[in-house]
Amino acid sequence: MLRNYFKIAIAVLRRKKFFTFISLFGISFTLTIVIIVAAFVDNMFSAGYPDINRDRELFVSRMQIRSSTNASSINAGPSYYFIDHYVSRLKTPAKIAILSGNFPVTTYLNNKKQVTSVRSTNDQFWEVLQFQFVEGKPYTKQQIDNGEKVVVISEAVRSNYFNEGVAAVGKYIELLNMQYRVTGVVKNLPSASNVYADIFTPLTLTQEDMHEPSLVGGHTCILLLDSKANIPKMKEEFNQMAAKVPMDDKKIDNKIFDRKLVFADTFLESFVRDFHAGFTEGAGAGVDIFILIVSIFFLLFLLLPTLNLVNINISRIMDRYSEIGVRKAFGASSRTLVYQFIVENLILTFIGGAIGVGLSFIIVQVINSMDFMYNNRISVNFHVLSFALLASLVFGLLSGVYPAWRMSRMNVVMALKAQ
Amino acid sequence: MIRLQNIEKVYRTSAIETLALNSISLDIAKGEFLSVMGPSGCGKSTLLNIMGLLDAPTKGDIKIDEQRTDHFSDKQLAQFRNRKLGFVFQSYHLINDLKVLDNVELPLLYRTSSGNERKKLASAALEKVGLSNRVKHFPSQLSGGQKQRVAIARAIVGRPEIILADEPTGNLDSAMGSEIMDILLQLNATDNTTIIMVTHDEYMASKTHRLVRLFDGVLVQ
Ligand SMILES: Nc1ncnc2c1ncn2[C@@H]1O[C@H](COP(=O)(O)OP(=O)(O)OP(=O)(O)O)[C@@H](O)[C@H]1O
Ligand SMILES: [Mg+2]
Repeated sequence: MLRNYFKIAIAVLRRKKFFTFISLFGISFTLTIVIIVAAFVDNMFSAGYPDINRDRELFVSRMQIRSSTNASSINAGPSYYFIDHYVSRLKTPAKIAILSGNFPVTTYLNNKKQVTSVRSTNDQFWEVLQFQFVEGKPYTKQQIDNGEKVVVISEAVRSNYFNEGVAAVGKYIELLNMQYRVTGVVKNLPSASNVYADIFTPLTLTQEDMHEPSLVGGHTCILLLDSKANIPKMKEEFNQMAAKVPMDDKKIDNKIFDRKLVFADTFLESFVRDFHAGFTEGAGAGVDIFILIVSIFFLLFLLLPTLNLVNINISRIMDRYSEIGVRKAFGASSRTLVYQFIVENLILTFIGGAIGVGLSFIIVQVINSMDFMYNNRISVNFHVLSFALLASLVFGLLSGVYPAWRMSRMNVVMALKAQ
Repeated sequence: MIRLQNIEKVYRTSAIETLALNSISLDIAKGEFLSVMGPSGCGKSTLLNIMGLLDAPTKGDIKIDEQRTDHFSDKQLAQFRNRKLGFVFQSYHLINDLKVLDNVELPLLYRTSSGNERKKLASAALEKVGLSNRVKHFPSQLSGGQKQRVAIARAIVGRPEIILADEPTGNLDSAMGSEIMDILLQLNATDNTTIIMVTHDEYMASKTHRLVRLFDGVLVQ
């Protein structure tokens, strides 16, 4: 029977070439957009160079201190002091990366102004993140402790500062009027990377304010776990620790701030928490709600093309009004006709989906080759494709069910009178 | 074969109620060829549709083959129509996008039969109506008489016991009409198919076993 549905469906789609074309155009266009957006989202959230262990990492990237007497609050990354004194004493993490926010530094090279983005990190940063070194190696704990002025630079910086084909390791570059020795060169980072920078320097412990006993300080730390399974345990340990960190200590900030919020979040959670900073205090960061809202937006986005397709489908059915009457007279049940129509519509959407996938492959190639996102390479991967499949299925069902239902309610006698 | 008892059909629209059939009782024997006549709007098509289970009566019982049909589900109705009934319409109602052979195969699609078997049966039905040489044509490439012959082939391909024909010759000139009439008479004579035919043509009606007349929804005679 299914084969029969299939054959009839193909025949019908071939017969009504204009309808088929219009429908396919709408479907493939919509799905192309869905796929491209999904590819961007996937690129943003899934692990990628150099943060490839993302699924077993927790991020401490926000520290909020609040006053319970007035509405004031400070919301920024945690301080080095907090990370060093409390976070680094946690038992569960295998490794802890500490990094500052990235800040632009203006340098002059051959009298040409260059703005580079600089980040300071600890030594374990190089173990948590999996950088590819094209030259040299990362700076060590020893070098950091000794206060050596060393840097790791990106390939892009190397080609700006040094001649083509010349090794950079051992050479010096000037930052803020000081000479730094290059210890390594890494492959360029995608601009959307969560640890993006052009130049990495040690977190120099000699800097005065790093030891200042404040909770808020603009750093981030990444807790690398042995396995994903340790995430709940890690969160629990983190929360217990955080609860014990005193607020009333005179040395810590202004004492009107008597409450703090700090969490060890998965990447998605920390993204969501950043998104609506201060709205949820829960450990889940409101990820469920976030996903719900995104899904609703997605459905709304699909709604318009779906309604359009529903419309096309209804006229497609009206066009076959008398045919449906004839089929019913000769023994087709309403259900058979409804299945038939839904199968027809699903085939249509899947063909449209396939065209959409093809189109998005091409568009992704173009986007990547234009490189307008600086080293970000989006791809139509398995995740994105399964999402596309799901989207076509939802799309096909949504747009087929209502017209099919209308069809099943059709009066045979009336249908036979229609000519 | 078909027994109608006190059939009443009321069409309700927002403005008016039309009593299309008023207390119709009728017995049709197996193998009978019955013609139905009456002025336009008297309820002939309505009667035929009710006999064909395409429409339900407002009141009254229909028995076909000793079976009551009022409790049938949509699926059962579909199956019953598929097995027992064949329809021929005044305006042919062929599916224009399907070739002649595929049009004739249609009733068999809703049965479990293989593609080969369907082709064989459809070809045989087309042979019966003398159209073996037009299987690959589309309906638009046929004359009215040929179209109606295809429609008859479609009605008989599943070997139904009853054929309901609503003015099968209404759109045809008298020569082609006679051809169609001959095919129906032949079917009735050789296969013992029960036929109920609505017609406006006294001459056609005179060739059938029995004639009933409708006037304003009432059987006269
Ligand atoms: N769907 C409907 N809604 C309302 N009234 C209807 C409907 N179908 C038929 N009627 C009315 O019922 C009556 C019988 O109609 P029917 O089609 O059975 O007539 P008929 O005898 O077949 O006429 P004709 O010879 O012109 O085909 C008519 O008065 C018609 O207006
Ligand atoms: Mg009529």
